[in-house]
Amino acid sequence: METKLMKGNEALAEAAIQAGCDAYFGYPITPQSEVLEYLAREIPKYNTKEHIRVVLQAESEIASINMVYGAAGAGFRAMTSSSSPGISLMQEGISYIAGAELPCLIVNVNRAGPGLGTIQPGQGDYFQATKGGGHGDYKLIVLAPSSVQEMADFVFLGFDLADKYRNPVMILSDGAIGQMMEKVTFGNYTAHKTDKPWATTGKPPTRDRNYITSLHIQPEKLELSNLKLVEKYKEITKNEIRFEEVMTEDAEYIFVAYGLSARICHKAAIIARERGIKAGMFRPITLYPYPYKRLNELAEKVKLMLTIELNAGQMVEDVRLAVNGKVPVEFYGRLGGMIPTPEEIVNKLENLISNKNVN
Amino acid sequence: MSTEDITIEKTADLKISPENELHTCALAESQEDEYTLVYEKPHTLLEVNMHYCPGCAHSLVHKLIMEAVEELNIQEDTIGVAPVGCAVFAYHYMNIDMQEAAHGRATAVATGIKRLMPDKYVFTYQGDGDLAAIGMAETIHAINRGENIMIVFINNAVYGMTSGQMAPTSLVGMKTTTSPFGRDPAVYGYPIKVSELIAQLPGAFYVSRHTVNKNTSVRKAKKAIINALNYQKLNKGTCFVEIIGNCPSNWKMTPIEANNFIDEVMVKTFPLGDIKLPKPEDLIPINQNGDK
Repeated sequence: METKLMKGNEALAEAAIQAGCDAYFGYPITPQSEVLEYLAREIPKYNTKEHIRVVLQAESEIASINMVYGAAGAGFRAMTSSSSPGISLMQEGISYIAGAELPCLIVNVNRAGPGLGTIQPGQGDYFQATKGGGHGDYKLIVLAPSSVQEMADFVFLGFDLADKYRNPVMILSDGAIGQMMEKVTFGNYTAHKTDKPWATTGKPPTRDRNYITSLHIQPEKLELSNLKLVEKYKEITKNEIRFEEVMTEDAEYIFVAYGLSARICHKAAIIARERGIKAGMFRPITLYPYPYKRLNELAEKVKLMLTIELNAGQMVEDVRLAVNGKVPVEFYGRLGGMIPTPEEIVNKLENLISNKNVN
Repeated sequence: MSTEDITIEKTADLKISPENELHTCALAESQEDEYTLVYEKPHTLLEVNMHYCPGCAHSLVHKLIMEAVEELNIQEDTIGVAPVGCAVFAYHYMNIDMQEAAHGRATAVATGIKRLMPDKYVFTYQGDGDLAAIGMAETIHAINRGENIMIVFINNAVYGMTSGQMAPTSLVGMKTTTSPFGRDPAVYGYPIKVSELIAQLPGAFYVSRHTVNKNTSVRKAKKAIINALNYQKLNKGTCFVEIIGNCPSNWKMTPIEANNFIDEVMVKTFPLGDIKLPKPEDLIPINQNGDK
């Protein structure tokens, strides 16, 4: 066990090394360039003839994600990271990776948009991350860290889930979690070695050729492939939903938030309780698969849910789907890289309570 | 219409040339004894019918690459990357491990493979739209990094799979479905000479342009492919083999007309031959050590 004071992006990069990441391909973009910088400095130390480990600055995010495709298709643990505009450029490749069922890790240190936007934190990529993003029917497993510790932990988890399901995993972070410094503890993680008999490692006489593709020109075959993905996503939904609850046992009001927003809501719930409001917080950790069921259960016991996001209202749609009209679901968001204070959020809740007369 | 109305026109009498006569004799003789195998398909090519149009160069170039892989005995160590374009199904024909890349991204995919398995032979197979239009950035940067791969570039000056649109290599004045009045340089610029362009990059180790429209050119093209695969052992940079292909279907020509068109027209814009050769001193390790 080793505890260090690290930036979120650097903790993530260090975790990648410890998780046995064979290859990192990336392109600089704020606020996540530290990942590439850290790995460019550190990975060569671990590169040996027996275990080749690669870090490469690509000419674009488009090239990065396709290098990930090649390395993952050859059976290696591969990853890339970027921030919102760069992740948009990767969507084509991500769709191909999902279609070809290649395990890999993609990190989005979300900044505010649209367009060039700003380099300050945002959560405007929620839809892109959880509802597809690229073309076609596919899902990423999406993990949302809300601390530097989780920036590291989710790399280990992400690689393992990717390998387990042959599915791309996205860590959806944001500019604040990526840039902040906190203590982070690295345990003794042993990289799970997953057999990848499908990988293109060169065809020995003992097996048929392997080929990696997402192309099924006959509709009958593509539908079968689609249905296989659907089954896989069902399995993922069954096994991998993760969330955190804070003071929800007796809560009458629940903040629903992920990532940076959840940190603020945690504090807001404490302040609300100081002001005599029984508040709690629900934090989805997996944004896909989404904890619909648990939110629906909680809706039985509370008077109102308030979703807090750094966008104009994206995850709130999933909260409403989950709650299915049982209780009012309200939304409060800040945009453009602005971050709400805990007091601001509690004030919003107080206003809602008095206006709606839900007390 | 009765059967009497149907007449089969004889196009030409089969002339028995001395060569044909010899062949007939040899066949007659061997039938009595035993066939003598003089030529067969490489075993690295799968026993399936290809989807290519009659007369298309793709099937021939597939065969050449697979012959090279078989002759070099590197089937176990070769990974190919298929493009988006007519050759999108290359992995259904080549009996090696392959990956299907997104349109234009083959060299990035190949980079990901080769960097992690530097001892393997990695190649991409790409058409002109894939490599020189949508994938030009990936192409140039892969070669500029000197990725130690072979790029086989099939240039037939037209988008084949999407049925005949203008390509970045379409000739000046060439009529395509998207340049119905002929490619006008004032609007679309000039055909990109990719081989000449990338030969300037230090990362390019071997650049050679060929065609496969007649026996002599087929042999030369195969030699270039063997060179390009062999040079990967040296780890000295990218090997680039451009093949001036044909496209009878979209050129609206018979295969013979299309093959003649290459000699008569295409090579004026895309002259054949070696564009960049390794320096003799660069080849020393390969000559000394022989095989890998």
